[in-house]
Amino acid sequence: MSQAPIKIATDGGVTTVSFTERSIIDEVMIQQIGEALLKLVDSQPGLKMVLSFEGVDHMSSAALGVLITVNGRVKARNGQLRLCNIAKPIFEIFKITKLDKLFQTFGTEEQAVKSLA
Amino acid sequence: MASQGPCEPLKLEITLHEMRGDVEKVQQVVSAALQERGYDADAMFAIRLCLEEALVNGFRHGNRFQPGLVVRFWATISEDEATFEVEDEGEGFDPAGVPDPTAEENLEIPSGRGVMLMRAYMSEVEYLGAGNRMRMVFRRTKA
Repeated sequence: MSQAPIKIATDGGVTTVSFTERSIIDEVMIQQIGEALLKLVDSQPGLKMVLSFEGVDHMSSAALGVLITVNGRVKARNGQLRLCNIAKPIFEIFKITKLDKLFQTFGTEEQAVKSLA
Repeated sequence: MASQGPCEPLKLEITLHEMRGDVEKVQQVVSAALQERGYDADAMFAIRLCLEEALVNGFRHGNRFQPGLVVRFWATISEDEATFEVEDEGEGFDPAGVPDPTAEENLEIPSGRGVMLMRAYMSEVEYLGAGNRMRMVFRRTKA
């Protein structure tokens, strides 16, 4: 299986994950992202994770499903998850599905990281 | 597939044999047709999302990824509206049976949002016959 299209960086106890593809819509890609994120969460109980959507301009309901699963796993491992840099059309998807109430979202990565301090 | 000129409605009929690859081919053909007819970025975003949801649902929930089963796709794209129909070879589906994903108790369930998104972005969404065929229409709003 090829690598998930994500970049992982850790700084000051916060792990930031960003996407290297603009479109998170392909089913196989979404599955790879889900597996990589769950592996990351499982490897570090209490993980403080920021998911940055900078550059992402398309997303499907399957991607939302993965985010919900990852959020559940983060909570189960006593970690914290923040989302940031979500483009307006993508954030509209969160609002329609009311997932803006489930996730803590921030305008910038800096704000998201600060919220985990 | 047949094109009838830049401003005339474009009619498409495509049979998809495999999800990966064929869905993207449909997206590219539709996207080019929409662009040619002056659909804006918001409309293109909405239509791309809804096509993805409808076609993937056909392969996943309809055909249950069984090899040999196809998903059929029809489109009529004019300057005023775009109509899409998607049919799978599954047993059909009752959209009323999908629990409301926005209810507080369902927010953490990772599936069941595709139909809701299609209803939110499209002007019309209806399920036909046994529910293995769906039709959706995007109407442009004039400024």
